[in-house]
Amino acid sequence: MLKNRIIPCLDVKNGRVVKGINFVDLKDAGDPVEQAKIYSDGGADEICFLDITASNENRDTIYDVVEKTSKKCFVPLTVGGGVRSVEDINKLLNCGADKVSINTAAVENSKVVMDSSKKFGSQCIVVAIDAKKNGDKWEVFTHGGRNNSGIDALEYAKQMEKNGAGELLVTSMDRDGTQVGYDIDLMSKISSKVNIPVIASGGVGNLDHLVDGIKLGKASAVLAASIFHYGKHSVKEAKEYLESKGIPVRI
Amino acid sequence: MNVTIVDYNSGNISSVINSFKEVAKDKVTIEVTSDLNKIESSDKVVLPGQGSFKSCIDALNNIDGLTDTLNEIAIINKKPLLGICVGLQMFADIGYEETETKGLGWISGKVSKIDNQNGKFKLPHIGWNQINIVKDGKIFKDINNNSHMYFVHSYEFIPEDKNVISSTTDYSSNIVCSVEKENIFGTQFHPEKSDKIGLKIINNFINL
Repeated sequence: MLKNRIIPCLDVKNGRVVKGINFVDLKDAGDPVEQAKIYSDGGADEICFLDITASNENRDTIYDVVEKTSKKCFVPLTVGGGVRSVEDINKLLNCGADKVSINTAAVENSKVVMDSSKKFGSQCIVVAIDAKKNGDKWEVFTHGGRNNSGIDALEYAKQMEKNGAGELLVTSMDRDGTQVGYDIDLMSKISSKVNIPVIASGGVGNLDHLVDGIKLGKASAVLAASIFHYGKHSVKEAKEYLESKGIPVRI
Repeated sequence: MNVTIVDYNSGNISSVINSFKEVAKDKVTIEVTSDLNKIESSDKVVLPGQGSFKSCIDALNNIDGLTDTLNEIAIINKKPLLGICVGLQMFADIGYEETETKGLGWISGKVSKIDNQNGKFKLPHIGWNQINIVKDGKIFKDINNNSHMYFVHSYEFIPEDKNVISSTTDYSSNIVCSVEKENIFGTQFHPEKSDKIGLKIINNFINL
């Protein structure tokens, strides 16, 4: 049977990991390639890089990181952050990314998702949705959570599926960084609305949150950053815990 | 010995290249090319494929003489050939993705959309699933039954002759996830993305 995936995410800025695993034997804690290798050796089902490089002149650093990582990690590699065009996607794929996640550009220009999924196949196009609750609905935010598009997140999710997204990476803006758990209501509503896999993101503080994301949030995969940083939990521990709760994982 | 990965603009093949180079080290030469002479003279051929059945067939046909060369290698000269994902699907007579498209016809059968049982199963089938090895395939040497492989696809190959099936996986129904017919091998999963066990399969193919 198909297993639920655990995806550690690394924030990369100017080619360096911003928050990472703080292992004593790590030669260079800021090296994304080395960190990704630790995750994949530890049983990560996929690796995600989120490029948060702010300045345009340093944007090319991510290509070098992806190229080096893809020569050492033989599990799927998803890269997102600052992806604006079909050409950006092409460059990342050529460097060795297996999937590219598109956020702001998908809101601003739906053709990016349509054109790229047609050109490269849906399997490598992930649409990242940053959603924030407003009353009884959720709205889609862009530009790293700074701008409210006012678009209904559930409708948007359905539209992105139609446009050719292969997966949706759904982040709750309300929960991101809080460590109080995923927005289960948001995850399960989007997951029920679409027929493509949903990756839950934003708010994981402990291993039970991962269980909830899958069992209650109906997510196919769970993404987390900080619980894997500083050695709080290893990917292996997370998988064993999920398995003990009856969730099918690859061990 | 050299192994050629056919580069025919079938989408992203960098992971396939990286994984074969990792396994080959310095012992085997890995060529990545669409040059017909080079493909013809190589010992083994890898046919990757991403995107739709139609887009891959169109891409093959866009390179003059490529399908003839592949036919010669696989059918006449019987050199080992490994198709990955849509690379495997193209072995079929016909595919139904986007529109009805003629395949290479090396293994009789069709490629149809996975039955998602009215939305009960999400498509694409993305992630790690276990393979049930039903035939001692050569590329499965030292691979344990129920090993996990990485999948990403919405269509499945349904061969007419069930004897070519070397493994299946359980998703909605028993999906064919690898075939072996004489010198022709194919995997629906991605060995290049299936961690150490996937690299082992690549190693088995290289060492055939």
